[in-house]
Amino acid sequence: MRTLYPFHGGVHPVEHKRESTQLGSAIAPLPLHLVIPLRQHGGNPAKPVVSAGDQVLKGQRIGTAEGYISSSVHAPSSGRVVAIEMRPAPHPSGLPDLSIILETDGEERWIERQAVDYRAIDPAGLRQHFQDMGVVGLGGAVFPSHVKLNAGNLETLVINAAECEPYITCDDMLMRERAAEVVQGIRIAQYAMGAREVLIGIEDNKPEAIAAMQIACQGTGFEVVAVPTLYPSGSAKQLIKLLTGKEVPSGGLPTQIGVQCFNVATVYTMHRVVNHGEPVISRLVTLTGNMDEPRNYEVLVGTPVGELVKLARPKADTTGYLMGGPMMGVPLADLSVPVVKASNCIIATSKALFPPLPRAMPCIRCTRCAEACPADLQPQELFWFSRARNFEKAQEYKLFDCIECGCCSYVCPSHIPLVQFYRFAKSEIAEHEKERKAADLARERHEFREFRQEREKQEKAAKHAAKAAEMAAKAAAASGKAGEAAEGGDDAAAAKKAAIQAAIERAKAKKAAVKPQNVDDLPPGAQAKIDEIDERRAQAKETAEQSVAVQKSDKGQGA
Amino acid sequence: MSINSPLVAEKSTVNIIMLKVLAALLPAIAVYVYFFGPAILVSITLASATALATEAAVLYLRRYPLRVYLLDGSALVTAWLLALSIPPLAPWWLVVVGTAFAILVAKHLYGGLGNNLFNPAMVGFAALMISFPAHMTHWPAPDVLAQSHWNFAQQMDFMFGGALPAGAKLDAVTMATPLDTLKTQLHLDRTVTEIQSGSIFSILSGKGTEIIALFYLLGGLFLWQQRIISWHIPLSFLGAMFATAGVLHLVDPGQYASPLFHIFAGGTMLGAFFIATDYVTSPTTLLGKLIFGAGIGISAYIIRVFGGYPDGVAFAVLFLNSAVPLIDAYTQPRVFGHAGKWFRGGKE
Ligand code: SF4
Ligand code: SF4
Repeated sequence: MRTLYPFHGGVHPVEHKRESTQLGSAIAPLPLHLVIPLRQHGGNPAKPVVSAGDQVLKGQRIGTAEGYISSSVHAPSSGRVVAIEMRPAPHPSGLPDLSIILETDGEERWIERQAVDYRAIDPAGLRQHFQDMGVVGLGGAVFPSHVKLNAGNLETLVINAAECEPYITCDDMLMRERAAEVVQGIRIAQYAMGAREVLIGIEDNKPEAIAAMQIACQGTGFEVVAVPTLYPSGSAKQLIKLLTGKEVPSGGLPTQIGVQCFNVATVYTMHRVVNHGEPVISRLVTLTGNMDEPRNYEVLVGTPVGELVKLARPKADTTGYLMGGPMMGVPLADLSVPVVKASNCIIATSKALFPPLPRAMPCIRCTRCAEACPADLQPQELFWFSRARNFEKAQEYKLFDCIECGCCSYVCPSHIPLVQFYRFAKSEIAEHEKERKAADLARERHEFREFRQEREKQEKAAKHAAKAAEMAAKAAAASGKAGEAAEGGDDAAAAKKAAIQAAIERAKAKKAAVKPQNVDDLPPGAQAKIDEIDERRAQAKETAEQSVAVQKSDKGQGA
Repeated sequence: MSINSPLVAEKSTVNIIMLKVLAALLPAIAVYVYFFGPAILVSITLASATALATEAAVLYLRRYPLRVYLLDGSALVTAWLLALSIPPLAPWWLVVVGTAFAILVAKHLYGGLGNNLFNPAMVGFAALMISFPAHMTHWPAPDVLAQSHWNFAQQMDFMFGGALPAGAKLDAVTMATPLDTLKTQLHLDRTVTEIQSGSIFSILSGKGTEIIALFYLLGGLFLWQQRIISWHIPLSFLGAMFATAGVLHLVDPGQYASPLFHIFAGGTMLGAFFIATDYVTSPTTLLGKLIFGAGIGISAYIIRVFGGYPDGVAFAVLFLNSAVPLIDAYTQPRVFGHAGKWFRGGKE
């Protein structure tokens, strides 16, 4: 048995996993319309590369990655693009997203699919291929996988198959039914990252999946590790700690400690991409909760949720739907939203399954939340500071190390919606940060503008002074020519002197303008000098103003 | 679309916790009645009624929803702990004034449930101790030792009317507590062994009181088993008092009673398991709890043995209550993914 390194806290919500594993997975029928959001991954949304009216093939790229942290999206079936418009998306922000609406033709005509030999292409090429084929983390965070693959010489590759959230069983079914293909995917990830060790973490409430994976892993050197069923063991940081004893540094990346972590469904798609030439256009989705026939379905991305849930026959007293699990999921306000790459589970809710929580009471400092927090935080302190809008303190108490797992809210006897307070505080801080940056920028701009104006003024004044000196010199020369020839030799010197004097004045004026003066208690001599300088500066200013006035009138004349 | 996950929660509520605390006190109360008669039930009832009435009035004035807050049970816990801390054979108004003060001043003037710095029951106790010291010494003698026996009606007459039964003397039914006796007699240059040969003393501590203390201990273990309290505060409290008393006892057994006597005497067991463990007024970090418990154990012993009061638990609790914000700030544990072992209020 491998030594495990338990993380702190965790909770045991009722699992509700059996319901949806009674039947094997099935394929969801092809809907008439698919709604494919261009933002189905972390980073920039994809840029559409088709237009309304275009015919597309199944698997054809319809949106291309925009920048490095982005991913492509593909047509899940063949048909015609009918529109590219804003549509509601199952995104936590609740904002609509630009989506490609596809009218399917029912023929499922594929683009030409090409398997590649991942050993024959260099890692950078493979990563590019994954970006082009839309490979993103299917555990829920949908971060583009090619970015995560960009590290080598890894100590440990962790395959996250813990699936710790209640109700969700899509990874379980995937491993039960397609273990061999999952293992082929793991090979690819291991190769791409040069991982010396591969650990597959599966919660011990999935004996069938563990057995299937163990058989599939024979002779590979990959180790299937049954981990205790304890939410949130499927959180990447907690699973890495559990399996390797190493903690991902706060604000850092797992690769800093020689580890990388991929969801089991993600490595499965790597296999489909590499060995079958199929981009990511479908996924397993668990339909469960208040349904007559809970089950896992292979669902095309873009399938409207409202149509999909009918397959599992929601019961009459269904109150709503939830995308994701009950601990971190998002209630769906609008059933027209499509299934996206992040959709692992849709739960029909009912009063019986999700009784309304009791009224929130004051925090009684019982510290159950702190006992349950897998990030070793003091949630009651974070709550206190967040509610008081004392964001500085909240950050001091490491608000940003909170993974929003919900364990604290789950155990709180006062039923305080703690996580909501943390989300609120985090977004407020992010907003402040943005405002502060904008203000900084504005201030910098303003300061620069003032500086520039001042500089221009001085330059003009100097020019003017030089000109005046020149003119004086010329005048002196002229008068010299007219009368006293004896003094002619000094004329050039006088002009030079005037120019030098002007330059000195310029330098002094500049210095005086830039440096704040400490004018108290100065010796009389110094004070006299300052007075002199001030006077000159005032003169320079006057001439500068005059010159501006002249310029203005010049312009006026010219116009 | 708003995120309001998690959408599931454990069934526990504040009032379930408080009711379990009350339940854990019941066996000890039964033993109390067995040794000292039913008067304690009357003072608990009085305290409960006062607490609920005061709480209701304040909630009404503060425009809080009455039902949920009255049912949270916290006022009852305060009431019971206070009633168990003061002599049951006291005039009725003593417990009423103490409870009302506890709820009104110690709890609500600090902001109500969850916001009070000091343990309300102990604030009530301290207020009574300072204002009415004489009444706070009317501890009943265990039935087996009392020179005369009052029936329940006579006890009620005394509590509500201040009337002594014809020909009876208060001294006949009350007596000094073991801690009191020890303290006064040590001043008379008697040794601990001599004093403890007196009739009110028993194997561990005082006759009757030691058994009640034992049942407080059992109740506390129940709360620990139910995961309502952690072991940190009770263990460090009892451990620190035991160690302090033990060292001095070894140095001079004639002057200093045994550590076992101390942890079974006075308010120690009630304090360790039910009072010091009050969530609101104790630290939230594990190290903080250890420091807090040990601090109470040592200060209670010092007040008890070297100070002016026969028992020191209440004052020790209040003293350490005031240090809780500081203790918490300096004992914050390391957060996942951060270096080092502790961080102090954010600075690693
Ligand atoms: S669990 Fe709830 S009541 Fe208890 S300390 Fe945490 S926030 Fe406060
Ligand atoms: S939501 Fe945040 S504070 Fe609450 S238990 Fe999870 S990590 Fe800890």
